[in-house]
Amino acid sequence: MVEFDSVSVRFGDRALFDGVSLSLPAGSFHFVTGPSGAGKTTLLKLCYLEMAPEAGEVQLFGKETERLGRDEVADMRRKIGVVHQDCRFVDHLSVSENVLLPATATGVDIRDVDDNMSQLLAWVGLSRHRDRRPPELSGGEKQRAALARAVILSPDLILADEPTGNVDWEMSLKILDLLVELNKSGKTVICATHDLSLIRQAKTRAPARVLRIRERGIELSGADL
Amino acid sequence: MIGGLLDRSDSRVERIVPPSGFTASLTVLSAAAMAFLAVFIGAISMSASRVADDWGAALGDKATIRLSAPAETLQDQIDAVMTIAAQTPGVVGARQLTEDEQRALLAPWFGTDAALEGLRLPVLFDLTLEGDGPDIEGLRRRLQGEAPGAVYDDHARWRLPMVRAADRMSSVAGVSLVLIAAIGAAMVALAASASLSANRQIIGVLRLVGAKDVFITRIFVRRFTLRTIGGAVTGSIAGMIVVVLMPGGGGFIDLRFAGAGWLWPALVPLAGGGISYMATRYAAFRRLKELS
Repeated sequence: MVEFDSVSVRFGDRALFDGVSLSLPAGSFHFVTGPSGAGKTTLLKLCYLEMAPEAGEVQLFGKETERLGRDEVADMRRKIGVVHQDCRFVDHLSVSENVLLPATATGVDIRDVDDNMSQLLAWVGLSRHRDRRPPELSGGEKQRAALARAVILSPDLILADEPTGNVDWEMSLKILDLLVELNKSGKTVICATHDLSLIRQAKTRAPARVLRIRERGIELSGADL
Repeated sequence: MIGGLLDRSDSRVERIVPPSGFTASLTVLSAAAMAFLAVFIGAISMSASRVADDWGAALGDKATIRLSAPAETLQDQIDAVMTIAAQTPGVVGARQLTEDEQRALLAPWFGTDAALEGLRLPVLFDLTLEGDGPDIEGLRRRLQGEAPGAVYDDHARWRLPMVRAADRMSSVAGVSLVLIAAIGAAMVALAASASLSANRQIIGVLRLVGAKDVFITRIFVRRFTLRTIGGAVTGSIAGMIVVVLMPGGGGFIDLRFAGAGWLWPALVPLAGGGISYMATRYAAFRRLKELS
C-alpha cells in the first residue's frame, strides 16, 4: 500500500529523513510517533503527495509517484482520506457541505453519498451540527467532522495527523475508536501522534504497530513502547 | 459552454468559493464599461459604413456637367451638352436643373429668399450613369470641342476622400473593438488570477480531497463568465440608451442602429461572455500551475 525506498528529505542543512525505507501493507494500522519536529507530519505529507522526497522513491498503491502529473496526483488522492491537525475546512460551508466536499470535487453524484453522509455524521456524533459552520464547532467536533470527510468516499488509505491533538481524553478515545473501526473494515490507517497513552489504548483494540521516528530514520516496533 | 453556465445543479459547486471580494465588483464594472464602449464604437463603425455605402451608392451613378458660357452662345452649348449626353455610352439620362433646384442648392449660403436673377450662375446638368459610366476623357474632349464652357464633374474629387474617410473611420472602430476585447480579456484574467490567489487556501483543500484543475477552473470560469455577462448586459443597455438618444437626422453623426444593427447590443454581452470564458480559463490554468 505505502512503500518508501531510500527516501531522503532535507530542510535546508537539516536532514530529516536519510535513506528511509519502509513498507506498510494494505489493511494495516500504524502509528507514527516521535518528538515534535521529528518529521511525523512530513511523513504523512509524503504519503499524500503534498511533498516529494529529495531522493528515493515513494510508491502508493503499487505505483511510483515521482513523475505523476497533477491530474494523476488528484486521482491518487481520491483513494486517500486525510485528517489534518488543523482540519483544513472551507469555513463558509456547512459541516455537511464540508463532509461532502470530496464527492462534490470529484463529480460523484451527491444522491449516491447523501445517505452515507448522514450515517457518517451520526457515526461521528455530529448529526445535530450538520448545518453549522466549522468555526462554530469545538476542537473535537472539528476532528470528527474531518474524519467523516476523510472517509466519505470510502478511501483505501486513511492518514490522520494528530487527530487527538486538541481534544480531551474522552474525545481522544472516541476518535481512536472511529479509526479502529475503519481499520477493522479493511482500511489502511496511518496515524501520527505524540500521545503514547493513546497508542497503548489502540493496542488493546487493534493490532496496531508503531513507526518511531528517530534521528534521520524510522524504526518499526511491534508491541513494546 | 452555455449549458454548463446555466446548469443549476452546479450551485453546490458554486458555493465552494465565496463570492465576495473586490474582484467581483472589478469584473462587473469593467465588463459594463467595456460593453458600453463596444456598443458606442459599434454604432460609430456601423454609421461610418452606412455613410460610405450610401455615398458610394447614391453618388456613384451620378455626375454633373457645369456650363458657363456667354449669353449669345449659351443656348447652343446647352443643346450641345444635351446631345453629347444622349449620345455618350454609359450615360442613360441627362437633365438640366431648374432655377428652383439651383436656388435650393444655394439656399445654405444665400437663404431661400435670395434674388438670384442678378447672379450669373452656371447651368447645371444632372447625368444618370450606368455600369462603369462614360469614357471620361473622351467625354471631356468632346465637350471641350462642342461646348467649351462645359465641365464634367463625376464628384470623385470630393466623394472618394469622404468615402475613404468613412471607410477609415470604420476600420479604426474595428481596431478599437479589438482593443476593447483585449483590454476586457486582460481585466478579467487579472481579476480571476487575483481571485485564485485570494482563495489559495480553499484551492489547497480542494486539491487535498482529489479535485482536478479542470474542476477548480470550472468554478472560476463559471463565476467570472456570468459576472462578465451581467456587467456587459448593463453596459450594453446603457450604451444603447445613449445611442438611441443621440440626435439623428440622417447625416454623418447619425449613430442610431438600423436593421440588423440592432442585434449588436445583444451580441456584445455574448461576445463578452465568450471572451471572459477564454480569459478566465487561461488565467486559472496558469495560476493553478503556479500554485502547485
